Amino acid sequence: MTAPARSLAEVERGPRTAPPRPAAVPEPPPRRARRATEDPPAVRWALVAVALLFVGAFVLVPAATVVAEAVRGGVALWWKALVDPDALAAVRLTLLVAAIAVPLNALFGLAAAWSVTRFRYAGKSVLVSLVDLPFGVSPVVSGMATVLLFGAHGWLGPWLLAHGVKVVFAVPGIVLATVFVTFPFVARELIPFMEAQGVEEEEAALVLGATGWQILTRVTLPNVRWSLLYGIILCNARAMGEFGAVSVVSGHIRGVTNTVPLQVEILYGEYAFQAAFAVASLLFVLAVVTLVAKQALEWHHRPRRPTVLRSAP
Amino acid sequence: MPEIPRPQHRSPTRRLAALFACVAALGVASATRAAPAPVQLLNVSYDPTRELYEDVNAAFARQWKARTGQDVAVRQSHGGSGKQARAVIDGLEADVVTLALAYDVDAVAKAGLVAPGWASRLPDNAAPYTSTIVFLVRKGNPKAIRDWDDLVKPGIQVITPNPKTSGGARWNYLAAWAHALEKSGGDEQKATGFVRALYANVPVLDSGARGATTTFVERGIGDVLLAWENEAFLAVEKLGHGAFEIVVPATSILAEPPVAVVDRVVDRRGTREAADAYLRFLYSEEGQEIAARHFYRPRLAAVAGRYAARFPKLRLVTVDRVFGGWAAAQAKHFADGGVFDRIYAPGR
Repeated sequence: MTAPARSLAEVERGPRTAPPRPAAVPEPPPRRARRATEDPPAVRWALVAVALLFVGAFVLVPAATVVAEAVRGGVALWWKALVDPDALAAVRLTLLVAAIAVPLNALFGLAAAWSVTRFRYAGKSVLVSLVDLPFGVSPVVSGMATVLLFGAHGWLGPWLLAHGVKVVFAVPGIVLATVFVTFPFVARELIPFMEAQGVEEEEAALVLGATGWQILTRVTLPNVRWSLLYGIILCNARAMGEFGAVSVVSGHIRGVTNTVPLQVEILYGEYAFQAAFAVASLLFVLAVVTLVAKQALEWHHRPRRPTVLRSAP
Repeated sequence: MPEIPRPQHRSPTRRLAALFACVAALGVASATRAAPAPVQLLNVSYDPTRELYEDVNAAFARQWKARTGQDVAVRQSHGGSGKQARAVIDGLEADVVTLALAYDVDAVAKAGLVAPGWASRLPDNAAPYTSTIVFLVRKGNPKAIRDWDDLVKPGIQVITPNPKTSGGARWNYLAAWAHALEKSGGDEQKATGFVRALYANVPVLDSGARGATTTFVERGIGDVLLAWENEAFLAVEKLGHGAFEIVVPATSILAEPPVAVVDRVVDRRGTREAADAYLRFLYSEEGQEIAARHFYRPRLAAVAGRYAARFPKLRLVTVDRVFGGWAAAQAKHFADGGVFDRIYAPGR
């Protein structure tokens, strides 16, 4: 072992404990750059402790409380709260809304990412900003916008009412609000990835005579599938968990227009604490499933360079 | 055509599509499997009436079926009274509204959904049951709170929600004002001073009645909670387990939560007959009995007599007599720049 290549243990002990070197061997130049990672152990442990403390206090303890409260009265009571007709209706509605909103936004996200990363045109940056808009707007405002547009006194409301179409305070309104709020997730996930990937593969396919549809299904989609799935998972988690926007447009009709998060709030407001936490535990399970799926995807798909034959540098 | 090399992993995309198809099918299937009920009504109500109307709906459905042979399913929506009125105005298809204040029904009427004069279409100002404002104190009443005057003593913490946002809180405020006005022989200056002192003793102003109850009961803040009588009973029965007591002041306000058929909706949906019968059922002996069981004061003398032990006697004043109606009370006390805005300075 040569002197400049220090072992890991030496690095961790820091420069002060490093054995003295023969004067003939020159000091390695990267020493300065390494400094940042050579904070005294006390500092490092303090930072780790602070991080753990924060995660514990703000994430783990509340999560554990939800689970503990949910089963406080026993598993039988927990189950009874879940199979209550109103709770079941809320679960069905949440699944329905996600089943409509998520594919719509997956499709839209793909289209937006494709158009943004594969073409050049005026106003592209405006489009990208607009895609991000729902992230910047409070969900309550999103909900109110839906009411203002489709409500009985809204812009389109009177016409819809005259034609017997119910939008706000019915399932379509809830879907619309959810679509709006979860709009950016897939596009946001895909745009940077597709940008980094470049257009070479598609161009190659084009040169080989592929049609647009063939390029999409055989080149683009297979390339972006992990990013797409990742975006869909996040989009789904938000669609099922959305509260603010949905609360404004729901009308809170029991067993009809209450989603799972609304049901939790209602039960809590009715002093049915145990039932509220039991239903909330469903959302907690959703969070865990999302986390595991996200982690699994990250394991499966470590960021690597797209397998493209590039010209030599 | 040249062969495009097939990418190796195509199946995840397909599997994903299949998954979505399944979930979508599940959702659609469950959405279309609604109960085949010939008549459906929607009752849009305020927060604490859920259990009441669950029982009323079941009893009414039985009675309607026996009388007409038709099935009726009444759906419920609950929330803050003002918010619910807003939703009905914005298009929530309520066949009937059963709200906390006449003011909120007036708002719906002003939007053209309920015919003017709704309050005289049904008996008793269209309020089939009444309630009042009482005090909820901690077990043993450690601060010896007996009446309104005890609330303004130094060191007493009073929990009441914000009258700008909560219907129940307006009743609380008006009850306090009515007491002070009466005691001072009609001196508004003194009444203003009284509510000013009262709200100086309020450590947190929740936005709704349920929030205030939670603050008092769950978080343990405050010495006394001003609450609907039915809410106070509910807190004692459901949450208290002997930790709370109800204190009834000598004078309080007669709260008349009104009900009304939403004309525009029932005419469009053709549900007027059932909606009318539903509200009239509330005045029947059976309906009154259910209301009394849920701690609302019944109007019918026969039922009131049976539950006399439950509801303590106190002198009740009405909004109409003391304040000249809800519209006047609203404009004078709760509108922007009204009395409440002048007396309440947060963070004192």
